Amino acid sequence: MPRRRPLRHVTFTLGAIITLALVATALLSVVYTPADPLGMSITGRLQGPTTGHPFGTDHFGRDILSRVMTGAVTSIAVGIIAVGIGAGLGMLLGVLSGYVGGWVDEILMRLVDAVQGFPAILSALLFTAVFSPGMVVSMVAIGVAFVPSFARLTRGGFLELREREFVVAARALGGGDTRLVLRHILPNALPPLIVQATTSFPVAILAEAALAYLGLGTQPPHPSWGLMLKEAQNFLSLNPWFAVFPGSAIALTVLGLNLLGDGLRDLLDPKTA
Amino acid sequence: MRRYVARRVAALAATLLFVSALVFVVVRVLPGDPAALIMGTEGSREATERLREAMGLNRPLPVQYVDWVARALRGDLGRSIQYDLPVGQLIVSRLPVTLPLALMAAVFMIVTAVPLGLYAATHHRRGGDYLAMIVSQLGISVPQFWSGLLLILLFSVTLGWVRSGGFDGWSAGAWPALRALLLPAVALGVFQAAVLVRATRSAVLDVLREDYVRTARAKGVDERRVVGKHTLRNALIPIVTVAGIQLGQLMAGAIVLESVFALPGLGRLALGAIGARDLPVVQGVALFVASCIVVINFAVDLLYGFLDPRIRYE
Repeated sequence: MPRRRPLRHVTFTLGAIITLALVATALLSVVYTPADPLGMSITGRLQGPTTGHPFGTDHFGRDILSRVMTGAVTSIAVGIIAVGIGAGLGMLLGVLSGYVGGWVDEILMRLVDAVQGFPAILSALLFTAVFSPGMVVSMVAIGVAFVPSFARLTRGGFLELREREFVVAARALGGGDTRLVLRHILPNALPPLIVQATTSFPVAILAEAALAYLGLGTQPPHPSWGLMLKEAQNFLSLNPWFAVFPGSAIALTVLGLNLLGDGLRDLLDPKTA
Repeated sequence: MRRYVARRVAALAATLLFVSALVFVVVRVLPGDPAALIMGTEGSREATERLREAMGLNRPLPVQYVDWVARALRGDLGRSIQYDLPVGQLIVSRLPVTLPLALMAAVFMIVTAVPLGLYAATHHRRGGDYLAMIVSQLGISVPQFWSGLLLILLFSVTLGWVRSGGFDGWSAGAWPALRALLLPAVALGVFQAAVLVRATRSAVLDVLREDYVRTARAKGVDERRVVGKHTLRNALIPIVTVAGIQLGQLMAGAIVLESVFALPGLGRLALGAIGARDLPVVQGVALFVASCIVVINFAVDLLYGFLDPRIRYE
């Protein structure tokens, strides 16, 4: 089968460009923003786009462009850590379930079924009732919601791979469980997990925005796209741009990451060639 | 089939037990002392101790858990601190908003997504397919609450056709109630529909490549019959899987949309309870919604058995 070149894959390339633009914006915002994202101006509130403020200003006169740029950092940070939590815990459960099998598998899978009953918003509701709302609650709640998909995928890979000849051969040569899992099975089970991580990332960004919107995630005055939309809701008729730009930032970012994930799946999965 | 159903019911019971344990651990174990959490810094030591006694928190945790589960099975989810009403009663009072909202979104999802996905698959790599894929790609990129805000901006602020939110209840008439739920249901359903379009297209495309479809076509079977009889039935399993998962997600999504449109449903009940540190309500709503999602997943599992007899014998 001819090796497919990533850059010739339109979906992958387009997704990569948008994602790189997002990362570049986030990195840039650490060292430069057109204005102070927290700087208020009582005289310049709820302005539409102008040359001084290309995305306009919010109800405190803060520059929306600068806040959208800084919000990218929040989204990326929550996305990476949430996917990390979901992948880490999910893979651990999946490895135990798929490798050990038997009643351990049965119990762990029922636990995974139970965790699937808690989408990120529900977990966040529960955690916020007990702990203060904030980015950490967001990350944990979203991460927990990802656990079932990573656990099932890892388990499926392990069930298929543990009976394969190279694994049986490694076991016959005296390889211990840890070595078999880490050196022989896990690396071969990784490609679908990488795709899952990529496709989970935009879901994490959407969930972070939703949690911030509900007041369960990132707290003011820290810029978060979801939080900006919550603030914009009361001023929809006065300055619709206030809602349009943060919303567009979320949609564009998620679109880019989805395209990247779809492209990656095409490139890594020979069945879709 | 009976053995299959019995096995699934046993798995459901175990899963629900885990659901209750997870809720209990987060609300009763993680905070250390839930009574102190509820009373906050303003509560006196005596008042906190009285609350601890009233909530039965002085007993060992396993005893508290068994008692809580036994009561929950009888429909007793405790008493709201904020409203001084049974939590079960509060949940039931909010269901006439959340359930119709989720159901309307589900209908919107299925009615739009399945035909669109089917159309895209049967017009593979043609204009209609690309258009359907672009629309679905945009659909999964837009957060539900932003869709809601944009719908408010268009239909309420700009056109003035509907109210921007609120719900007067079903007693004010079915039509006003349905009208109040229409925009939130569309906003809620668009995202889920976009996911289902992609799943339907992909499942139908897989089946269309099967030998038996090629044979049917070679025998001169009418294309509508090929798609309707030979393809759709066999593509239903992945479609039902995704639709089932999406149905569960609708319950969670409804919590967000209730906030956007100021609807007095379960989500607003839980959010209000967090502000008031009303732990029994949060605990009850979480248990109820998570159990609903698990039961929906169970129903989807059962449906597999009916759709594909091979699954029953695995």
